[in-house]
Amino acid sequence: MNAAQEDRPVPYMERTRHYYRALGYEHDYVWATFAEVPFARFAKPLATTRLALITTASPPGLANRDSRGVRHVWSGEVTPPPPTLFTGNLAWDKESTHTDDRGCYLPIEAAAGLAAEGIFSGLAARFHGVPTEYSQRKTMGEDAPELLARLRADGADGAILCAL
Amino acid sequence: MSLVARHLEANGLPTVIIGSALDVVEHCGVPRFVFTDFPLGNPAGHPWRPDMQRAIVAQAVGLLASAEGPRTTVRAPFAWRDDPGWRQRYGRVDPAERERLLALGKERRARQAETDRVKSS
Repeated sequence: MNAAQEDRPVPYMERTRHYYRALGYEHDYVWATFAEVPFARFAKPLATTRLALITTASPPGLANRDSRGVRHVWSGEVTPPPPTLFTGNLAWDKESTHTDDRGCYLPIEAAAGLAAEGIFSGLAARFHGVPTEYSQRKTMGEDAPELLARLRADGADGAILCAL
Repeated sequence: MSLVARHLEANGLPTVIIGSALDVVEHCGVPRFVFTDFPLGNPAGHPWRPDMQRAIVAQAVGLLASAEGPRTTVRAPFAWRDDPGWRQRYGRVDPAERERLLALGKERRARQAETDRVKSS
């Protein structure tokens, strides 16, 4: 491996394909891809906007799972912020780093600090959690619409999505 | 998260993703993306580095307002720590572990089949 390759972003799709083949899966995961990308222009001055934070982490104890084990969109208060969330069920690099600092994956304090400085008007009262699902149908049919409803209920003008 | 961003945006709510899987996010196609070139798990900055986390969130907030169109990716101006081997680590397949990985996959499929059975019952 040369120096240029060492600095390239990790090819996660290729890495994942090889890993799952090694696990004996017969079919490769098909990653979602689209020719068209929606775009909503930011209409208001930043200083007057309320922004919401979104995470892929779960609540402590995986409390967003129902009796059948299905995970759902969940919400938490930003004040006071949660000390920690559950990340152990997600695919991240557990050998290279850790998630002991919740701010490194759900940066409530950093965002609140920017709001306090007047960069934007404030954080929505709740942050929201969205399950990472193998099923794109569940994400698009259930979780994304539920998240949109909660963001609208909170009066959010925009969302910052932090993906572990 | 990319699919979620697309849904919100299609319904008029501007979004920005902060994340470290550049190829996955760009393959899907999202409106705005702040790429942090770190190991998966710490999209918003190194652990215990509130200064860096603040800078990355500030970059994301700025991108919300400044992006002119979809597929706008910016890269955060930070590198991972002094750990030159991290890019090769995640999800690597060691040929010496072939049997262990196959057994792990078999166990996962059995567990998934049981979960699917419970969900559909």
